[in-house]
Amino acid sequence: MGERLLEVRGLRVAYASESGPVVPVDDVSLDLDEGEFLGIVGESGCGKSTLLYAIARLLGPPLGGEILDGSIVFRGRDMVALSERRLRHIRWRELSVVMQSAMNALNPVLTIEAQLRDACRAHSTMSAREIRARSEEVLRLVGIDPLHLRSYPHQLSGGMRQRAMIAMALLFTPDLVIMDEPTSALDVVAQRSLMKQIKQLQDQLSFAVIFVTHDMSLVSHFSDRLAVMYAGQIVELGPTRRVFDAPLHPYTRGLLDSFPSVAGPRTHLAGIPGSPPDLVEPPSGCRFAPRCPLATDRSHAVPPPLVDVGGDLVRCHLYVPDAEPAPAAAVEA
Amino acid sequence: MSEPLLVATGLTRHFRIGGVLSGKTLHAVDDVDLTIGRGEIVALVGESGSGKSTVARLLARVYRPTRGRIVFDGKRIDRLRTRRERLRYASDVPLVFQDPFSSINPAYRVSHGVKRAIKLHRPELSRVERRVEAERVFEAVGLVPPAAMLRKFPHQLSGGQRQRVGFAQALAFRPKLIVADEPVSMLDVSIRIGILNLMTELRASRGVSFLYITHDIASARYVADRVLVMYGGHLVEEGATEDVLHRPKHPYTKLLLAAVPDPRAPLGLADVEDAGEPPRVVEPHEGCRFAPRCPLATEVCRTVTPLRRSLGPGRLVACHHAEPDVGEQPSEQPLVGSPA
Repeated sequence: MGERLLEVRGLRVAYASESGPVVPVDDVSLDLDEGEFLGIVGESGCGKSTLLYAIARLLGPPLGGEILDGSIVFRGRDMVALSERRLRHIRWRELSVVMQSAMNALNPVLTIEAQLRDACRAHSTMSAREIRARSEEVLRLVGIDPLHLRSYPHQLSGGMRQRAMIAMALLFTPDLVIMDEPTSALDVVAQRSLMKQIKQLQDQLSFAVIFVTHDMSLVSHFSDRLAVMYAGQIVELGPTRRVFDAPLHPYTRGLLDSFPSVAGPRTHLAGIPGSPPDLVEPPSGCRFAPRCPLATDRSHAVPPPLVDVGGDLVRCHLYVPDAEPAPAAAVEA
Repeated sequence: MSEPLLVATGLTRHFRIGGVLSGKTLHAVDDVDLTIGRGEIVALVGESGSGKSTVARLLARVYRPTRGRIVFDGKRIDRLRTRRERLRYASDVPLVFQDPFSSINPAYRVSHGVKRAIKLHRPELSRVERRVEAERVFEAVGLVPPAAMLRKFPHQLSGGQRQRVGFAQALAFRPKLIVADEPVSMLDVSIRIGILNLMTELRASRGVSFLYITHDIASARYVADRVLVMYGGHLVEEGATEDVLHRPKHPYTKLLLAAVPDPRAPLGLADVEDAGEPPRVVEPHEGCRFAPRCPLATEVCRTVTPLRRSLGPGRLVACHHAEPDVGEQPSEQPLVGSPA
């Protein structure tokens, strides 16, 4: 791992809605080093995709959304302040995005070659021959036969379409690849092999990855650090293995208790009762309090701060130093 | 176990695809035998395109089988002649759909669908009795307070609540077997377990059987007594859940299990390597459909369709190379023939 690549501080993003402004990303801070693999997990509507779009500065029309507050420093430049023209030089060359559904993100009436060419022309001054050579190269990189340059998206399987999307993202060997659930439309076997491929490419080309998913077991063996989001906020952030082995936040524990295991003991799981809050009117105290088995009066009244626990972060009153009862005892309960 | 609730034998469904002259036959389901006991939860596991949803629709009489027959409660369902008999079967074997966002009419309060179903299937009930019954099934699936929940519109409910509405509608029929086609795959992980637990609760409290169709073998293990694994329209492995998961016999089952991310397990990077894709079975020739992806495939696999053979009690595997556990005696004769 190398130098600091990305620093997000106090990020707040709002969308307008019929029932008032919604803030799907509220006071989010995170860091990413060069070559690091950061997983972001959360349920639908927790703001994880909006966070990605904010980092890539893809908010605004037609998606809507506006950065209210905070800074996003990418390789020393504040992305929030950059002009659209400057952003063009950064996007795709230094930072690229792999969208969730390749079927929707790829143009159905253009061949893969035409789409790769499009991206090259928009972001570089490569000659036709260079473009052709580079296109073949990136397809080989992701394990697709360059013959498929002439294929249309519908002629490829789901797994190959996602690979083609990743090939496009790697055209300029960026420093950061942002991935929004790239495997969610795939079957388990294809999902597994795509994850392994992403990891291999990352080792080979040493780009950093921000990988968003709703399925935390998916990144368990791949990410260096894991951020857990709930209702627009990061509630836990730490090394992946630690988060799985000794989760701090009750929400993380609940999520882990929602995955039946294929190998371990066959136990009754409880999941998490209730459903995530409406972000138009989030709960006044801790946003997880209405579903939390350990919630106290204080949880319902006061929003918890982000607490540093041995270098990891957790947003929960249990870990505020002066709060009783002691967290260890509460964990066992 | 007493007489099984449902027995399907040689269940086959082909679809014509392409033009009139250039038409070909897609084999969605080929020669599937399945048995569901009373109060039993059976999981049907496979990847997309394996034919598992077609099986669900065959059981629910959405499609007619190309070949094979289904016997439910001692009666052949292709011999249901009257509207009354067919309605009766539909209420005995309701289908719960994958997508709770498109399977409920958004223009009506959720009570509409439930009460309408009750009116259709149980015409003897009065208006008041229908309301009481609707509240009872809502309560049974955990939609409380039932009176208030019944007045809501679908958009006022979360995904998990909508899926519960789907189960409530099915329950209103007083069913014997609920066919649930990927009922949790579109729900958030924290909600899924609640729906799976609901299935086991309904089995315990009402003795309802389930055919749980899923691509997620971990969730199949969580709820099911028995697991059936489908690949390319064929049933490739069957057995008691723990038996299949701990001692998978078919190479496809092994591949599927190796692909499941399990955060509790250490990372096995020595995973089975696999770059293949599930087949689309059009005009198949003889041979095992998994052979092109199979690490064990030999000449015989490419030319002879493997028969389902018994490898231990309740254990059926369609593979030329599968071997019984040491110490167990294989039965010599194949149980069911499997023409391609």
